[in-house]
Amino acid sequence: MSVLVYIPSNNVLPKAALETVTYGKKIGQDVVVITNGTADDAMLSTLGVYGASRVLIDRSYEGNDPQQLTRLIANAAKTCNSSTIIFSHDVIGKAVAPRLSVRLKAGLVAGAVALPNTDGTVKVNVFSGKSFGNVQVNSAVRIISLLPNSIQPEQTGSSCSVETFDGQVGSTSIVVKSTKKPEGEIPLPEAELVVSAGRGLKGPENWAMVEDLAKVLGAATACSRPVADIGWRPHHEHVGQTGVAIRPNLYIAIGISGAIQHLAGVNGSKTMVVINTDPEAPFFKAADYGIVGDAFEVVPKLTEALKKFRESSH
Amino acid sequence: MLHNISVIFVSRKLKDMKILVCISKSPDTTSKIAFTNNNTAFDENGIQYIVNPYDEWYALVRALELKEAGGGQVTIITVGGSADEAVIRKALAIGADEAVRIDADPVDAYFTATQIAEYAKNEGFDLILTGKETINYNGSQVAGMIAESLDLPLISLATKLDVSDSGLVLERETTGGVEVIEVSTPAVISCAKGMAEQRIPNMRGIMAARTKPLQVVSPVSVETLTAFVSYEMPDAKSACKMIDPSNMDQLVELLHNEAKVI
Ligand SMILES: Cc1cc2nc3c(=O)[nH]c(=O)nc-3n(C[C@H](O)[C@H](O)[C@H](O)COP(=O)(O)OP(=O)(O)OC[C@H]3O[C@@H](n4cnc5c(N)ncnc54)[C@H](O)[C@@H]3O)c2cc1C
Ligand SMILES: Nc1ncnc2c1ncn2[C@@H]1O[C@H](COP(=O)(O)O)[C@@H](O)[C@H]1O
Repeated sequence: MSVLVYIPSNNVLPKAALETVTYGKKIGQDVVVITNGTADDAMLSTLGVYGASRVLIDRSYEGNDPQQLTRLIANAAKTCNSSTIIFSHDVIGKAVAPRLSVRLKAGLVAGAVALPNTDGTVKVNVFSGKSFGNVQVNSAVRIISLLPNSIQPEQTGSSCSVETFDGQVGSTSIVVKSTKKPEGEIPLPEAELVVSAGRGLKGPENWAMVEDLAKVLGAATACSRPVADIGWRPHHEHVGQTGVAIRPNLYIAIGISGAIQHLAGVNGSKTMVVINTDPEAPFFKAADYGIVGDAFEVVPKLTEALKKFRESSH
Repeated sequence: MLHNISVIFVSRKLKDMKILVCISKSPDTTSKIAFTNNNTAFDENGIQYIVNPYDEWYALVRALELKEAGGGQVTIITVGGSADEAVIRKALAIGADEAVRIDADPVDAYFTATQIAEYAKNEGFDLILTGKETINYNGSQVAGMIAESLDLPLISLATKLDVSDSGLVLERETTGGVEVIEVSTPAVISCAKGMAEQRIPNMRGIMAARTKPLQVVSPVSVETLTAFVSYEMPDAKSACKMIDPSNMDQLVELLHNEAKVI
């Protein structure tokens, strides 16, 4: 019996990959990683440090069609006699894990936020992060997709072997015409630090101070829904119930009232800082640190203070 | 010549598409969430149900736009009890042609998806659309499960859906980017923000919805693979620490030493 961890094909190891391997190691002795594409052996072997006993890679397949990845992972699960299969609950996990669940008749716990409980159930986010549910799996094999940023990667072992695997992925009916990647930006769902602003900023021309703050922190930027709807900011920055759900270590909300639908996407954040002129803004109820003040004065001051801090800690 | 004929054939097919839109209910987004029976069941007391926003705003509206542009038929399907007919009528009021309700409690995603796949398998749908996720249980599971059950391609978290002569053209989110994709029909697509704009039903739509066909279908027997056995509320937040707006050094110090996030 092994724990199988799928990680996306990539030329860098994303933090989510280290989290899922660490998660696997904490629930089973024999952790096998399955991946595909062009990643080099030296990089993959470092997964052993996080608990993998070996890495299987199908180098003949570079794509990400959920149908083909499902075949790849199902074949690996059979070869490795896996009783638990782990994904990150990201765009690939959300597409592949449910398909695999049907293929293997294996119960899927989607969006786990913690290690399994002692009774074997697994805690997940429900009602847009307003509460948690504990899910029991009734099948022999279980699949868990782990919400990013739920556990910290831990280094417990040493490098491991990397073996070529023939995943027999079969044919695809999807043709990828092009891929657009925003250059140099930190993808929001992966960001550990996020600076976000809302309608309180009055207009798109005032975002420079938000970007300055984000830059000093090394943070990603986000916004409330109305701000994306009126076109002040790009849609992919919209967080909340109908936008992206995030759980960074630090979320700084500037000029955002804290409507329940906004909170639904950010209330998994470890620490929240709220800057708002209105002491009655609902966001203060959810915040850890609050500043009642005008963003146009407070934000530049915070940026200065952070600059000073960064310089002195070097 | 042969080439031309095939183009005409394909585009005709894509013009008159049969589209199935999976609709689920979810508590109104402002609902206060609570649990009963020793935290084993969701407390429905005072809860208003709405059509899950992703299903309504994105999947259903885009289906209607495609029909308005090229003809065809839009069927909505829900796995749920008779109480769910209120949200079904709302989706009909927005413009769907007909509805199907599988008369069963949607106990888990596998059960729900299998019911929908069983219904869809002999109906010849060109497109099966779902929302990105339900906002109550947030699984993002049902679309992938339907696709695997029917052995169809899945485009998940699509933000754009158009038809061309040769098939569907879509955009979907990938980790930190966007992919442009082509795929032939039939296909399963889960719909995210960007695909369409919310539509408010008008009086005529609401009147028409009352008489549109709503077929109730018995469920097939399916095992469930998972169960929610209990619920918990997050730990109560400790009170917010207020900081003087002129003292940002203190905030930085707290973020570093107390919260340990920078
Ligand atoms: C079904 C549904 C889904 C929704 N989904 C989402 C979602 O996913 N994400 C989302 O964000 N919203 C969502 N909403 C909208 C949500 O209800 C709120 O309307 C929205 O979040 C408000 O955005 P805001 O806080 O930027 O603007 P406002 O509510 O207008 O708040 C602006 C805030 O800025 C403060 N302010 C003003 N001037 C200053 C200043 N100089 N300095 C500091 N503060 C200042 C004000 O005091 C106020 O608190 C949804 C709504 C519905 C009905
Ligand atoms: N009971 C249901 N009946 C019909 N469709 C559903 C049901 N539950 C979920 N869906 C569809 O599947 C999508 C994803 O749901 P979920 O996997 O629960 O996040 C939803 O947006 C709906 O389109």
